[in-house]
Amino acid sequence: MKTIDLSSASVRDLNQALHDQAQAVDEREWVVTHPNGAHNLAVGVNEAISIDIQGHAGYYCAGMNQKASVTVHGNVGVGCAENMMSGYVRVKGSASQAAGATAHGGLLVIEGDAGARCGISMKGIDIVVGGSIGHMSCFMGQAGRLVVCGDAGDALGDSLYETRIFVKGSVESLGSDCIEKEMRAEHIEELQALLNRAGFKENAADFKRYGSARQLYNFKVDNASAY
Amino acid sequence: MCGIVGLYLKNPQLESQLGKLFEPMLEAMTDRGPDSAGFAIYGDEVADGWVKLTLQATTEGFDFAALVKAVGKKLGAELDWFQNASAIVLKIKAEESAVRAALSELAPSVRIMSAGQSIEILKGMGLPREISERFGLASMKGSHIIGHTRMATESAVTMEGSHPFSTGADLCLVHNGSLSNHFRLRQELRREGIHFETENDTEVAAGYLAWRLQQGDSLKQALDSSLEALDGFFTFAIGTRNGFAVIRDPIACKPAILAETDDYVAMASEYQALSSLPGIDKAKVWEPVPATLYIWERKKEHAA
Repeated sequence: MKTIDLSSASVRDLNQALHDQAQAVDEREWVVTHPNGAHNLAVGVNEAISIDIQGHAGYYCAGMNQKASVTVHGNVGVGCAENMMSGYVRVKGSASQAAGATAHGGLLVIEGDAGARCGISMKGIDIVVGGSIGHMSCFMGQAGRLVVCGDAGDALGDSLYETRIFVKGSVESLGSDCIEKEMRAEHIEELQALLNRAGFKENAADFKRYGSARQLYNFKVDNASAY
Repeated sequence: MCGIVGLYLKNPQLESQLGKLFEPMLEAMTDRGPDSAGFAIYGDEVADGWVKLTLQATTEGFDFAALVKAVGKKLGAELDWFQNASAIVLKIKAEESAVRAALSELAPSVRIMSAGQSIEILKGMGLPREISERFGLASMKGSHIIGHTRMATESAVTMEGSHPFSTGADLCLVHNGSLSNHFRLRQELRREGIHFETENDTEVAAGYLAWRLQQGDSLKQALDSSLEALDGFFTFAIGTRNGFAVIRDPIACKPAILAETDDYVAMASEYQALSSLPGIDKAKVWEPVPATLYIWERKKEHAA
C-alpha cells in the first residue's frame, strides 16, 4: 500500500504517480491523505488499482477514470467521475453539480445527495445516488442508468435519449420528452441487481421508472413554422 | 470566475480571531481571483447618533488629516478616525447624509466605500495576499466578515470595480458570476435616483438591492425579487449589520458551499477555502440549494 500525503505532496505528484502505473502496475492500493478539497484528484487513471481518498475532494475527482476503483471518504466538488469510461467511484458523502457528466461506463455511487445536473449527457455509466438529486439531472442522457433513492429536482431527464431513470421518492417536475413508464418484472430485476451491486438495501419494487417518450428524436415537418 | 468567502461567528469568544481565521480563506481563493480582492468586516460598532464611514483616496499620499479636520470644522461634529494604508475609517457624530454632502464638496475624488454603524469595506487591486497584508487583515477583530477575490470579466480592473459593494447602511454585496442585463437595469435605476460610479455589473446588483430596500422591502423581499430582476449567473454573499446571507440564481452555474459548527457558519466558492477552519472535519458541510435564501443573524435589538 502506498500513501500520498497532500499536505506535503502536490496534486501533480499524486496524478503522475498514478499515471506511471500505466507502464507497469507495481502498486495496487493507494491512499491519499489530507486532500482538503483539492481539485483534479486521481484524474485520468488507466489501470485496475484501488485509490482511497481520505477527506473531501474538489472538482473533477476521478474524472476520465478507466478501470480504477476510487473511494472518497467525504464530499466531492463539481464534475466527479466526469467522462468515466469504466471502473468504480464511490463517494461516502455528497457530490456537487454535474456528477458523472458525459460518462461512458463504470459505476458511480454517491451515498449522500448529488447537486444539479447529475448525469448530464451520460453515455453509458450507471449512477446510484443514496439521497436526492438537483435540477436538470440526466439532461440529454443517452445511455446507462440513473438511480435515485431520494427525490429528484426540476426538469428531470429533459431531452432524454435512452438513459433509464429510476426514482424512489418524488420528482419535482419532468423535463421535455421525459415520461413515467411502466415498471415491469424485467426492470425490477435489473434495478435490484444494480442496487445490490451499489450496496443499497432498497427494494426495487418501490421505485418508479422514467424514460424518453422519443418525440424529439426526429424533426417534425409540422413544426417547420417555428424555425 | 471569482471567489467569495464569508465567516460568521456564532461564538463571541472567537471575535478576537476573526481576521486570523478569515485570512487563509481569502487567500485560498487566489486561483479564482488574482486581480483584486476585498472584504467587509463588521464589529467595533459606533454609538447611536454616530456614523462610521470607510473612505479610500484615488490618489497616492492623499492628505486625509486635512480632509478630516475640514469635515469636522464644517459639521461642527465630534469625530474620531484612523488611517489604514490607502483607506481611513471615520467615526463621526452626525447624520450620514450631512457627512456625504460635506465629503462630496470638500473632496469629490474620495470614494465612500461603506457607511453604517458597524461595517468597514477595504479593497483594492492585487493578489488577495497583498490586500490582506496591506490592510492588516490577520489582526482584525469582529463578529462577521465577507470577502471576494476577483477575476474581472465584465469591467475594468480598478479599486472601484473590486468587491464588496456597499448597498446601504451596514449592507454590502460580493458576487461570483456575471449579469447580462446590467446596462439596461443601470439606466432604469439611475432614473430612480440610484448613483453609480463604475460600469461594473455587480455594482448594478448592489444598486438594485439598495433601491428595493429604500422602497421598503425587507432584505428577504429584496433578494427574492432580485431573482426575477437580474438576468445572468450569480452566487451572492450579503453582509448585514448582524449577520450574512447567501443566495444563488435558479440555474446555479456558480458554485457555493456552506459549513456550520457550534462556533461559526462559513461560506465559500470552494471547499478548499474552508479547510483551514478549526473543527471543519466535524462541521456540517452542504451545497446551498439554488434560488433559496440562507440567512444567519445575531438576535440584536437592531433589525437588519
